[in-house]
Amino acid sequence: MPNQKIKTKKGEMIRLLQQPFLLLTIFLIFLSLIIFILLPIFNVLKLAFTDKADVPTLGNLLKILNSKGYIKTFFNSMKLGAAVAAGSTLIGYLFAYTVTRTSIKFKGFFRGLATLPIISPPFVLSLSIIFLFGRQGIITSGLLGFKNFNVYGMHSLVIVQILSNFPIAFLTLTGILGAIDPSVEDAAYNMGASRGRIFRTITLPLSAPGIVSALLLTFIQSLEDFANPAVIGGNFSTLAVEAYRLVTGMNDMHGGSMMAIVLLLPTVCAFLLQKYWVRNKSFVTVTGKPTQARKELRERHIVYPLTILCYLIAACIIMFYGTVLAGAFIKTWGYNWNISLDHFKYVMSLKVSDLTNSVQLALLSAPIGGLLGIGIAYLTTRKRFPGRRAMELISMLSFAIPGTVLGIGYVFSFNQKPLLLTGTAIILVAAFTFRNMPVAIESGSTTLMQIDRSIEEASTILGADDGITFRRIILPMLKQPFFSGMVFAFVRAMTAVSTVIFLVSPKWSLATTTVYSLFDGSKYGDAAAYVLLMITIIFVVMILLKLAVHIILAPRIKKHNI
Amino acid sequence: MANNIIRNQTDMQMFSGKSSEVKLQKITKIFQDHSTRDDFTAVNNIDLTIADGELVTLLGPSGCGKTTTLRMISGFELPSSGAIYIGDTDVANVPPNKRDISMVFQSYALFPHMTIWDNIAYGLKIKIKNKTQIEKQVKAVIEMMQLKGLQDRFPNQLSGGQQQRVALARAIVIEPKVLLFDEPLSNLDAKLREMMRDDLRALQKRLNITSLYVTHDQSEAMAISDRIVIMKDGNLAQIGTPQEIYEFPDSKFVANFIGKANFIPAIYKCSGPNGMMVSVEGRQLLVENPGGHTYQNEDRVALTIRPESIYLDEDEGLPGTITRSTYLGTKIEYEVDIKSTVLTVETADPQRTKVYYEGDQVMVRLDTQCIRVLPEDEK
Repeated sequence: MPNQKIKTKKGEMIRLLQQPFLLLTIFLIFLSLIIFILLPIFNVLKLAFTDKADVPTLGNLLKILNSKGYIKTFFNSMKLGAAVAAGSTLIGYLFAYTVTRTSIKFKGFFRGLATLPIISPPFVLSLSIIFLFGRQGIITSGLLGFKNFNVYGMHSLVIVQILSNFPIAFLTLTGILGAIDPSVEDAAYNMGASRGRIFRTITLPLSAPGIVSALLLTFIQSLEDFANPAVIGGNFSTLAVEAYRLVTGMNDMHGGSMMAIVLLLPTVCAFLLQKYWVRNKSFVTVTGKPTQARKELRERHIVYPLTILCYLIAACIIMFYGTVLAGAFIKTWGYNWNISLDHFKYVMSLKVSDLTNSVQLALLSAPIGGLLGIGIAYLTTRKRFPGRRAMELISMLSFAIPGTVLGIGYVFSFNQKPLLLTGTAIILVAAFTFRNMPVAIESGSTTLMQIDRSIEEASTILGADDGITFRRIILPMLKQPFFSGMVFAFVRAMTAVSTVIFLVSPKWSLATTTVYSLFDGSKYGDAAAYVLLMITIIFVVMILLKLAVHIILAPRIKKHNI
Repeated sequence: MANNIIRNQTDMQMFSGKSSEVKLQKITKIFQDHSTRDDFTAVNNIDLTIADGELVTLLGPSGCGKTTTLRMISGFELPSSGAIYIGDTDVANVPPNKRDISMVFQSYALFPHMTIWDNIAYGLKIKIKNKTQIEKQVKAVIEMMQLKGLQDRFPNQLSGGQQQRVALARAIVIEPKVLLFDEPLSNLDAKLREMMRDDLRALQKRLNITSLYVTHDQSEAMAISDRIVIMKDGNLAQIGTPQEIYEFPDSKFVANFIGKANFIPAIYKCSGPNGMMVSVEGRQLLVENPGGHTYQNEDRVALTIRPESIYLDEDEGLPGTITRSTYLGTKIEYEVDIKSTVLTVETADPQRTKVYYEGDQVMVRLDTQCIRVLPEDEK
């Protein structure tokens, strides 16, 4: 009965047309997604497949394929990505298993420690690896007396990227390990299986989708990373850095764009694989029903080795961060070990405006990104309209698109009227907003899927239109994901490098680019002081944000006497 | 406690006469499976009128289309074809929030971040601007539903029964034209459920509000309905008062769905002024009250009889053997093997009547007044 289907479709269209506010919202979101995500990608593609005279060509691709150096760069990135994905997932799993399954003490401490790399600016770990293993490193030069140990290269990158990316694996895996119904493992134990057997035959297979997910996500992160390879990669070239060098150093927009496309392909593939294939494979079902509390493993031969490993890794992380802290206060690392505030004095005299720029723009983009993300999450999970799936895909895509690609795309999309944004603050805010919005979308969708749909229907049937329902019902219930989306957007904006490196201007330069230039000038102590200032600011703003959201969205109880 | 809800309340007049008739005309709903692209007819061309002030229950097994029908009236689903009228208005292009309908949800769907007062006032605040009027109406309904003292609490601080009353209060305070119930009592325990259903019926009668009630619980449907609509596979199986449906089921499906029934295969012979003549195992039997169906000669039919219309004793009737005996307190349920078939029999009041045990030989007597003749083959 095709005509009846058409009638239903038509009925839905009429419904939609009756809600001008909803329609306008959908239209504006689509418009912004097209301008700030699709257009830049399209422009990068256009640049990659044209030459200087705008003639379509495959020359840029052939140039890469015919160059041994570039082929090596590609495989460097893949090798690094694979090693980092494996290492991060292994450590992430170790942490996640220990925290969710055993009676290890100080679980909060481990969880907190795992979030440290997420909220800290890039360069921190690179800085400390130089402090520790560099030419004047306290371990290589001080402790071991090596004279010419080369800290630059893949080995350092692997360590630094694993330490900064394992939290992603940890979070993904605690989610999935925590969601496995404890009674499944109890049933196996009850049937006489040993702990090892339970792990091999039950826990590991059930968490396999999470493992693949963690591998793919950390792989993407490693490929996208610009900051660490740029400062400690040495002769080890990666795609993100090479694209930057081609665009800014050699002024070869077309070659750089092609390099960016080469970087884009594997990340988008990994992302799509993660999103559509792995998720459908998941065995874990969230019923929303509280099941029995999990019994923690107490067997010593299991808990002790896991605990020792976790403490070792924790000690390693603390050492890295402690080193930066020390580096900021030591007068001259390796020569003069006196404690001084010189580095702080220097950076305060020099680059305070960059810091305030970063905070201002990040603060501006955070609520925009948070609100936009929650709005998109609401529309895609709860509303039926043509283009719904396209909206979902495009908005999530910005998560998989390397910052380098977006940066290059922005430079060439917004350098002429009517969208002349290059050199302004708007271009930076837009970059922050659209690059960091997916987290709000993710957490918003997850929360929405757990909220009974009939709560919104109750609001509707009581006479509320979609606008009122969104403001009065959805938004207050999404307080938590909105807040975390906003905080994450703020932190990512404060710490962004790969995108903004193309977009900063003399008027609007940012904290991260300052660290980069200090690093470039080998002013490690100053860089450490600067990074420390950034961490402090991020912490303070996070707390203030939390307070603000709490005050703004707290339910106001008006007592009614009857 | 809640049994005296709404009795002797003068504020009653405040909630009044906007109620109106609901009419479904040739309503069909076809869903499409997203992955296989197969069509599935959830509701098939049904006609139904709910009179002003009437409470009609949609009853049927899961997947029969009862919830879909309710959701089409609420406007959350759009019919694939057909028309829905509320009063005289065709609501095809009226969105749910403009239909002047209220709904009580299975999960109650209370707003978790609002107090009880704000939950109840939510709909009024949208409809009217006058603050004193809102206050007056919310207050009245809080008193009526015996929620006094709970108004500043949050939903999760209330018991299931209290949450249910808030959900009901929130639905009636806006004086809707129609009240819809989507299995509202299924989250309550058995005792509370019975109490709530009596309160709910009393309230509905007092307010005289047109109501459609969806449930899969037949005793709930029997207890509260003016009329019951039995649905099966998207079609209407039968419409009638609880008594009509129980005593004169239209089909074996209905007979089996409401209460229990025995089916004895028989052959139709002829009809006369005294009833219908059928042949059971070669013996002729006159059925005085066969029901509304007509048959051709030699049609295969099913004699349908309720377990409580069959009597057991020792002197006269068909010989049989007790194969199962289940003691249920108010009654005993037996399975009796009468060779040709196995009958389910209920005897009331085990403290006063004779009790049989498995293996006992008994005589079985059917109350022929209570036998109905139904078509053997289901459509």
